[in-house]
Amino acid sequence: MKFAVIVFPGSNCDVDMYHAIKDELGEQVEYVWHDAESLEEYDAILLPGGFSYGDYLRSGAIARFSNVMKEVVKAAEAGKPVLGICNGFQILLEAGLLPGAMRRNESLSFICKPVELKVENNQTMFSSALTEGETIMIPVAHGEGNYYCDEETLAKLKATNQIVFTYGQNPNGSLADIAGIVNEKGNVLGMMPHPERAVDELLGGADGLKLFQSIVKTWRDAHVVNA
Amino acid sequence: MYKVKVFVTLRESVLDPQGKAVTNSLHSLNYREVSDVRIGKYMELTIEKSDREINEVVNEICTNLLANPVIEDYRYEVEECVVL
Repeated sequence: MKFAVIVFPGSNCDVDMYHAIKDELGEQVEYVWHDAESLEEYDAILLPGGFSYGDYLRSGAIARFSNVMKEVVKAAEAGKPVLGICNGFQILLEAGLLPGAMRRNESLSFICKPVELKVENNQTMFSSALTEGETIMIPVAHGEGNYYCDEETLAKLKATNQIVFTYGQNPNGSLADIAGIVNEKGNVLGMMPHPERAVDELLGGADGLKLFQSIVKTWRDAHVVNA
Repeated sequence: MYKVKVFVTLRESVLDPQGKAVTNSLHSLNYREVSDVRIGKYMELTIEKSDREINEVVNEICTNLLANPVIEDYRYEVEECVVL
């Protein structure tokens, strides 16, 4: 399976993401610059964390208009897995691939620490290697992770099981403790915590690896004969 | 040529954590009469005249990029400048 790590000016978790896929997951991965014309050769698209375009105006607001995002939309429409982490989640929200928006953390401070996440839905291509209701430890590192959507959208997210991860103890004021959501089709996941920073016991835990393993398993089941 | 002043603020229904922090510090400075502070962004655009109506252009710019309609409202003022 071949992953693309999209690199925007100001991305800073791209190297961690690359390491997680190549060295820990053992799959193919390439960096793809923000002005790339095509993502056709990749099976999964990863939008890493960081401060794309300096987070000018709003987090993700400028990145959303970069050339490669047209291709990310195409990949999402084609049903390929698209995973946005932290700033990547913010970009997916700005691009309208996921509903809602991010506000400054309630405390106004940048929060950087491991947090407990509850697996709300393990029936997605990103969470199938996890157990529903299970608690996993994944680090967060953000100043704007305070998720918001209107009541109608929240009701729909709940009704269609689009909330995949919630915080055990809400660190940022996020609505309904939301840490990660999928689109209706289930192939676009945005989450604030960083699974790529939890892929080895040396890093304090490897719970994040299961997320990437889920993607690979779903892909193999669909694409590899006798998988 | 137009000078357009755009004001972007969080929608009334959305909690403004920065505004709340500033309200609290004004209270600690004994400005008890301040009941609320909303923090927003101010942008100045210089726009050349074109065959498109200026309000149409500004509204499009605001909804496409300057404001995120999920959490933000905008308003603007247009000044027409005479180039000497």
